[in-house]
Amino acid sequence: MSRKPDLKNGRVDLSHGSGGRAMAQLIAGIFQPAFDNDWLRAGNDQAVAEMPPGRLALTTDGYVISPIFFPGGDIGSLAVHGTINDIAMSGARPLYLTASFILEEGFPLADLKRIADSMGAASRAAGVPVVAGDTKVVERGKADGVFIATAGVGIVPEGLVLSGDRARPGDAVIVSGSMGDHGVAVMASRENLQFETSLVSDSAALHGLVARMVEAAGPHLRLMRDPTRGGLAATLNEIAHQSRVGVRIREQAVPVKAEVAAACELLGLDPLHVANEGKLLAVVAAEAAEGLVAAMRADPFGREAAIVGEIVADDHCFVQMTTAFGGQRIVDWLSGEQLPRIC
Amino acid sequence: MKYVDEYRDGDLARGLAGAIARAARPGALYRFMEFCGGHTHAISRYGVEDLLPDNVRMIHGPGCPVCVLPVGRIDDAIKLAARPEVTLCTYADVMRVPASGGQSLMKAKAAGADIRMVYSTLDALRIAEAEPGRTVIFFAIGFETTTPPTAMAIMAAEKKGLKNFLVFCNHVLTPAAIRAILASEGGDGVALDGFVGPAHVSTVIGTRAYGAFARDYRKPVVIAGFEPLDVMQAILMLIEQVNDGRHEVENQYIRAVTDEGNVKAQDLTGRIFEVRESFEWRGLGQVADSALRLRETYARYDAERVCEVRTVPAADNPACECGAILRGVKKPTDCKLFGTVCTPENPMGSCMVSSEGSCAAHWTYGRFRDGATTKKARA
Amino acid sequence: MCLAIPVKIIELLDDGMARVSMEGVTKVVSIALVDDVAVGDYVVLHVGYALSKIRPEEAEKTLALLREAGALAAGAAS
Repeated sequence: MSRKPDLKNGRVDLSHGSGGRAMAQLIAGIFQPAFDNDWLRAGNDQAVAEMPPGRLALTTDGYVISPIFFPGGDIGSLAVHGTINDIAMSGARPLYLTASFILEEGFPLADLKRIADSMGAASRAAGVPVVAGDTKVVERGKADGVFIATAGVGIVPEGLVLSGDRARPGDAVIVSGSMGDHGVAVMASRENLQFETSLVSDSAALHGLVARMVEAAGPHLRLMRDPTRGGLAATLNEIAHQSRVGVRIREQAVPVKAEVAAACELLGLDPLHVANEGKLLAVVAAEAAEGLVAAMRADPFGREAAIVGEIVADDHCFVQMTTAFGGQRIVDWLSGEQLPRIC
Repeated sequence: MKYVDEYRDGDLARGLAGAIARAARPGALYRFMEFCGGHTHAISRYGVEDLLPDNVRMIHGPGCPVCVLPVGRIDDAIKLAARPEVTLCTYADVMRVPASGGQSLMKAKAAGADIRMVYSTLDALRIAEAEPGRTVIFFAIGFETTTPPTAMAIMAAEKKGLKNFLVFCNHVLTPAAIRAILASEGGDGVALDGFVGPAHVSTVIGTRAYGAFARDYRKPVVIAGFEPLDVMQAILMLIEQVNDGRHEVENQYIRAVTDEGNVKAQDLTGRIFEVRESFEWRGLGQVADSALRLRETYARYDAERVCEVRTVPAADNPACECGAILRGVKKPTDCKLFGTVCTPENPMGSCMVSSEGSCAAHWTYGRFRDGATTKKARA
Repeated sequence: MCLAIPVKIIELLDDGMARVSMEGVTKVVSIALVDDVAVGDYVVLHVGYALSKIRPEEAEKTLALLREAGALAAGAAS
């Protein structure tokens, strides 16, 4: 292996995906140093690992975000956090991740290294290794720089059954912190909106918080979900329909940072529809709600945890909100991405 | 947020609700039209109607420039954007409005047209400067609030000597629309007891612009700020006018609106634009003196002249009641398409596409009041 | 119809522009359509242009009227 990839000025070309020497050099030059673990060093087509006994939680995700680099993260760290969180929402302890890269011809190697290093750092900080990977290159114009597809696996603690269809009238609805941070931070870094803010994405791995929650309230927990694309509104509506219930929340109880609220005002957006990448929603039996919130607030990723509402019986599966103003309104699913408006 | 949160205070809201309940005479019916789409949105989004007594009814008017834009003009914008040398800059509001043949700006963009959503005409100018090889056309929509920013852009283009900046002008005028509503009253129009006047249009045109309606049609007009408490206070003022038998123009939004308005903005608008004899409004048909076009002296910035735009009027879906809804004659739930075929995912008409259109506002925020079953669209 | 919000002028710039802030979110906008603005003033911002100045005394008057209307109603109800 004599030629190292030019990490400063080099670009991805079709040879990097062809399975030959160039690809091996790319893996050795960028991916292996970034992730560095026994599995990847072994260089096999698969990773073989011991699995503790119990029910397997398995997930897969695709990351196509643009811009690739944004305040508080990048597509790589997002991929690690997002996949870990999907596993964690079942109450499972995430054990292993895989990452598959679809690279566009011409993508700068410096950016690829930055992303890989960021993923490696996120993976190490979370204690969940990336044990297998793949690289493909497509022609210029067929991918938006880089797409990352992941898989994650974990083991669900015995007796814990969390599922979207388990919410029951009377249950409490809890969020782990402020809503809308990620979406607004990403929007601010999009060129044609040109507003300046110190907001950063809340992208984070929540499995530590989840472990605390399972310990504090395991048997009383109905479900957990992370409100990513579509925001809290989408997640609440999903749950309402899966469980065939209604949801009633109070606007004043939903934590929203002042800067996020202001940015949303400027653009005519509703924070309830803005994506979060380091927050979760939990539905828990009413009697365990206060205790759960206290346990969450003890965790760095749950400091602003709050009860925002409750589950009710409702044939129409409406998610309704009592506004800070005192009136009522529906919190609906949006059709498509929320767009800024002038009207 | 200063000058915002104070006007959303729940305690003050309850107080005002009490005041309104006391002022509204039992047995009397008060029907007020809030002209401005932003008010429609605020009323729905905060649930203001929950705080009003049953005999005070809000009727949603046609003050949504996206909703009143005829399909033919969106078709024109799509055709302009299809030209390979054109970069069409537009406010995001119009992106999803259904045009002819199932088209929309969003779909045209997906098919490869160079359509860019901008927050401001400043962004469109920036693009024109940065890409001299492109013909940058700004799709200008909006009432009198949004017109001065377009005028500023044309002035700036002139100052910078830009040769590649054009405006496709669809600016419309508030007083003309109010007159059209009032003229149809009694005929097939809706019966009204007063108007909640637009907030930010009024910062530009001033309260003087409404005098004629109060005088000639004997309807009270109260200019209201954008926040829910502003709207409620304006409703209280309207109720008091009706009770007193007065029909005056009153200003609730005194913190931002003056009698004369923004004279600088008015002058600039007058320098760049002139009034069209007639313009088609969705729902209102042809309305005289209701829209603007660029003056001859600025013809070189006029996309209609330079690109020889020939608007082909396009009919709405025959079952779509947007027209009647825009005039306040029907409610969203009166439309057969509402919630069945026509939903925010699949809008048939513009009342559903624009977030402040009556149908979208009702679907998104208020349909739980209908007692209707959850629509299949969700399944 | 016109999404416009009150923002605070935090810096005056050249060419009729200014930097404004709302809760720490800042943006460079045009103030060419409003006269006599100073740092600290609030303006109504619509699509990147300030259209009018917020008048603090009038704002306070409106709030006072709102409170009064509520108090009267509450007083009458009791």
